[in-house]
Amino acid sequence: MNKIDKAVAGLTGWFNERAPGFMPAYKKHMSEYYAPKNFNFFYYFGSLALLVLVNQIVTGIFLTMHFKPSAAEAFASVEYIMRDVPGGSIIRYMHSTGASLFFITVYFHMFRGLIYGSYQKPRELVWVLGVLIFLVLMAEAFMGYVLPWGQMSYWGAQVIINLFGAVPVIGPELTEWIRGDYLVSDATINRFFALHVIALPLVILLLVVLHLGALHEVGSNNPEGVDIKKVKNPETGKYADGIPFHPYYTVKDLFGAGFFLTIAAFIIFFVPTVGGLFLEHDNFVPANPLVTPLHIKPVWYFTPYYAMLRAIPDKLFGVMVMGGATLILFALPWLDRSPVKSIRYRSTFSKIMIALFTVSFLVLMWLGMQAGSTTQTWVARALTAFYFGFFIFMPWWSRIGETKPVPDRVTMHD
Amino acid sequence: MANEEVSSSRRNLLIATGVVGAMGVVGASVPFISSFQPSARAKTAGAPVDVDISKIDNEPGMRMIVQWRGKPVWIFKRTKEQLAALPSLDNRLRDPKSDNPDQTPAFAKNEARTIVGKENIAVIVGVCTHLGCSPSFVPEMLPQVYDSEWKGGFYCPCHQSRFDLAGRVFQGVPAPSNLEIPPYHFVDENKIIVGVPPKGAA
Repeated sequence: MNKIDKAVAGLTGWFNERAPGFMPAYKKHMSEYYAPKNFNFFYYFGSLALLVLVNQIVTGIFLTMHFKPSAAEAFASVEYIMRDVPGGSIIRYMHSTGASLFFITVYFHMFRGLIYGSYQKPRELVWVLGVLIFLVLMAEAFMGYVLPWGQMSYWGAQVIINLFGAVPVIGPELTEWIRGDYLVSDATINRFFALHVIALPLVILLLVVLHLGALHEVGSNNPEGVDIKKVKNPETGKYADGIPFHPYYTVKDLFGAGFFLTIAAFIIFFVPTVGGLFLEHDNFVPANPLVTPLHIKPVWYFTPYYAMLRAIPDKLFGVMVMGGATLILFALPWLDRSPVKSIRYRSTFSKIMIALFTVSFLVLMWLGMQAGSTTQTWVARALTAFYFGFFIFMPWWSRIGETKPVPDRVTMHD
Repeated sequence: MANEEVSSSRRNLLIATGVVGAMGVVGASVPFISSFQPSARAKTAGAPVDVDISKIDNEPGMRMIVQWRGKPVWIFKRTKEQLAALPSLDNRLRDPKSDNPDQTPAFAKNEARTIVGKENIAVIVGVCTHLGCSPSFVPEMLPQVYDSEWKGGFYCPCHQSRFDLAGRVFQGVPAPSNLEIPPYHFVDENKIIVGVPPKGAA
């Protein structure tokens, strides 16, 4: 043993004596966390979402150093960041692009859960915590979009806050309480800033820790939906179909991150607004409380729910439908009565239902960006009905048809 | 010490301590929750507004927008044809007689929703009763994509709510009620005060 090895061993020993829980935690979550060896493309998005979260926190911290959270100064301070702060435009576009990429990764991540039945027993808690993250993320994104204080920021805030006015009895007082004024104003942007930069990020971080903690208790699902803990390798005593997260999946995820960052860099450098999709044109006009932009719509990631809200010709019912569409996700683990997890072994009927659901969600997303003709409204109504029908009747349709036999071990697709 | 039984008096003390603690948490949360309410500064910013309407023109399409309590208030003239068309819309409206006092003060509870004798000048809070957008002014009595029998009115770009030229809401749109009529009165021919109702009116 040479001197350096001795020093390292000594330091490790010193550390382990004083913090004996660290090494076991590292083993449990990294070097001895056995993940199924058959992860595919869809399994990149969990780690990518985490990467985007880090990006949002880091770029966000630097943006707060130049941003002024007041109605009088916010718009100009964002323009100041864009034009005068060295590197400011890159940091701002990293943050604004990150918001959209966050939702892209999260939607893919949720879609993965849907098609492979990852929410099924014993992973219900993982799913529920994930849906909670999704809800807080929507609040976080909404408040962030208000901060640049452009026309879309202002009128988006006006619309979303007024959703709470539909609450019976206390509605009007509740909206006043949220705004801190009789209209969206300086008090509103100031408190949204506080919630956006510290309160909600803390909640998201905590929920992410719980989400991963809950996952690592039960272990990851996989595209086959088989339980890898059933079969152990008789020689090593380890799970035959599992591989340690580190180094195998850290390396795989690094590759995915590289690919993802390349796409992100392209957007940030060349098409930061993505033609009005990631940053809407009207948000480059300062907020004007007297004039609503002609075509008001939320950013793309909210449009499926916005299409539902717009399709209902009743305020309270519309708000309930919009809220219900997100809250119903919590119930998914208990609505699915299919005997198999993965779409690979589900009945043809179930496959068709999941495919139709995916298509209808995407069409609703598109409809929410449109001006809303009579035909479009009726299509939105039909698809909203289907969205809810998909969940409400899932206990019945998920049992229809013959499933394929699930193998004992993962089948490799070489 | 090794008392295996649960001491009920000590257990009760624990419960009492817990209850007092919970009450303390509720009490401590009061200042934080009330800090979200409109501040004293925001409350004082609601004074009445004087408006000079001498420059308003009797052409459809002219509209003044003034700010009262931070909200847009529209002031515009309506032609005889536009006023005459109002009753013809009644069966397509949700609340044609403006029966809901939340949006219509008693002095304006009439077909034109104005002070009696000044029917041609409309004064309406330009905030959609759905989710608070400010609807667009479409005064022309021409067919529109959303209504082939359009008699002039307001169209909300946010969620397609529609109102007639008296601010009355159409059926089958998300907005639940008519646009709000603010308290206002005429000082003289060319001057309106928004925020104070006419004398003798509630």
